Amino acid sequence: MSGYLRIRNLSVALRDSGARLLRSVSLEVAAGEVRGLVGESGAGKSMIGKAVLGILPRSVEVVEGEIWLGDVDLLRLPPAERRKRVGANAALIPQDPLTALNPSRRIGGQVTDRLVDILGWKRAKAEARALELLAEVHIPDPARVMRSYPHELSGGMRQRILIASAFAAEPRLIIADEPTTALDVTVQKQILRLIAAMQARHGTTLLFVTHDLGVVSKVCQSLSVLYAGLMVEDTTVADFFRAPAHPYSAALLAATPKYTDPWASLMPVSEAVIDAVRAEVDAAETEWRDAR
Amino acid sequence: MLLLRTILARLATTAVTLFGVAVIVFVVIRVVPGNPIAMMLPPNATAADIDRLRALYGFDKSIPQQFLIWGWGVLHGDFGTSISLRQPVLGLVLGRLPATLELSVMALVMAVLLGGVAALTGTRKRGTRVEAGIDVANGVAMSVPDFLWGLLLIILFGVLVPVFQISGRVTPDLKLPFTTQFYLVESVLRLRFDLTADLLSHMFMPALALALPLAAIIGQLLKQSLKETMHLDYVTLTRTKGYGENHVILREALPNAILPTLTLIGVQFTFLIGGTVIVERLFSYEGLGNMAIDAVINRDLPLIQGIVIVFALLFTAVNLVVDMTYAALNPRLRHA
Repeated sequence: MSGYLRIRNLSVALRDSGARLLRSVSLEVAAGEVRGLVGESGAGKSMIGKAVLGILPRSVEVVEGEIWLGDVDLLRLPPAERRKRVGANAALIPQDPLTALNPSRRIGGQVTDRLVDILGWKRAKAEARALELLAEVHIPDPARVMRSYPHELSGGMRQRILIASAFAAEPRLIIADEPTTALDVTVQKQILRLIAAMQARHGTTLLFVTHDLGVVSKVCQSLSVLYAGLMVEDTTVADFFRAPAHPYSAALLAATPKYTDPWASLMPVSEAVIDAVRAEVDAAETEWRDAR
Repeated sequence: MLLLRTILARLATTAVTLFGVAVIVFVVIRVVPGNPIAMMLPPNATAADIDRLRALYGFDKSIPQQFLIWGWGVLHGDFGTSISLRQPVLGLVLGRLPATLELSVMALVMAVLLGGVAALTGTRKRGTRVEAGIDVANGVAMSVPDFLWGLLLIILFGVLVPVFQISGRVTPDLKLPFTTQFYLVESVLRLRFDLTADLLSHMFMPALALALPLAAIIGQLLKQSLKETMHLDYVTLTRTKGYGENHVILREALPNAILPTLTLIGVQFTFLIGGTVIVERLFSYEGLGNMAIDAVINRDLPLIQGIVIVFALLFTAVNLVVDMTYAALNPRLRHA
């Protein structure tokens, strides 16, 4: 089976020091699949999404690898073509809905701009589509919301709008970058359900970046575990929760608090496990250096 | 009607400000040394002559009394008579104001264009030598004051490569068909582009001298806020939609980044108007500033008062316009 998004040996490094943030990561997401990408803060999980979408910070660069979206390697495209390709076929659901909408532009324009400017739709058609999508993400009175500015809407509403905007062009791939982390706990569940429902209805390939294994167990079919830029496990959700293959994965799973007994179940990842996984990272690094 | 309320509130503050300015100027120019009457009389004038003239201009009364007389006149549109030019102050000031307005606005336009282009180019080419070059140019333009720019420009474009006119507002022997003092505006409206060219040739250097320091400040602040804005999430999100760098800078970042710059332009524009006093003198440009210097040299108290009041009015008007523009550009204020 060949996935819609295929990442091969992707390494991303800091421009000045050459230190790698992603260490030869390979990853495949089948068409229509929901794959979780988990790891601690700084493990590089967001970096993968940024590399795919072409929004890596200026301080880092891709030093090797391939990113196949469908049948093209994005890294081999000229920049303008790559932008168009990503804009037409992929979309991002960002982490913080409060900062992800332009405060000086109306919602309508921010949902329809890609359809009109990048995909060449007629404005009327794009607006009709935006209204339809806003209704689909349960926004009351979509016509009024289209004319509103971001500051007039709540965080939950804004995240719904960003979800609608991501799905508007019917992209084959959506990358959700911790889409519930910045929200109230009460809203988190609704948004999670909404993303899952939208994904199922549209059959979109979804890469779900999160540090929350609970979220993974609810919405994903497969998952990849990252530690310090190294992929330590790549498995199905069913297998992962039954028997994680890597000791770090097992420790991560054990560290997840259980609602039945939250205090007793708080288990930090042991030092032995950390040492083991660090050794793996070092080995990968030495191997990579030697190969160059 | 929020807008109407704002304007009314602003008008009330303006009245108080103007009153304060009037009192300070009125008192200060009477307290500092220098006697307007002595300037008008021949050295052999008698004490009786001096007293007669003092009484004629009202200088024999106490300062509060003089102020009341003058203030009463101002409220009725009479700003008194210029001592040195022997004409009504209001007419003199209104006759010169358009020249200064045209010069200041031209300088402002140049500053915004130069500063804007510098900021946008610097943002587009951030992290390269181009940006470093722009930073250096900004630093230089900012640290040289406007009158020094004026002298440098005179040497450069007036003496070494004489392409622009260095003196006056318009070539003296030209026949001017104008009915107002807004020469530049009128020459365009009348389609007399030969005159427009002549006016612009005279205006170019003083306007540029006034514009350069402001352009540098605008360029630097706008580039800084663009840089900060370019890192924000909504800008990144726009990139993922397939937009290129130019669109991202101009349509996403600029409208938000421009707000702090706008406030700054308002403040700095009043400084620029203040700068016209010396720069107009330098280029013998027949504007209000040039007249102000003559008025001070001649101890022409009524004229000084009139000019200062007009400058004060101008400053408050500029601030009002800036506030309105700010509200129009920032939806968070508009709906507040």
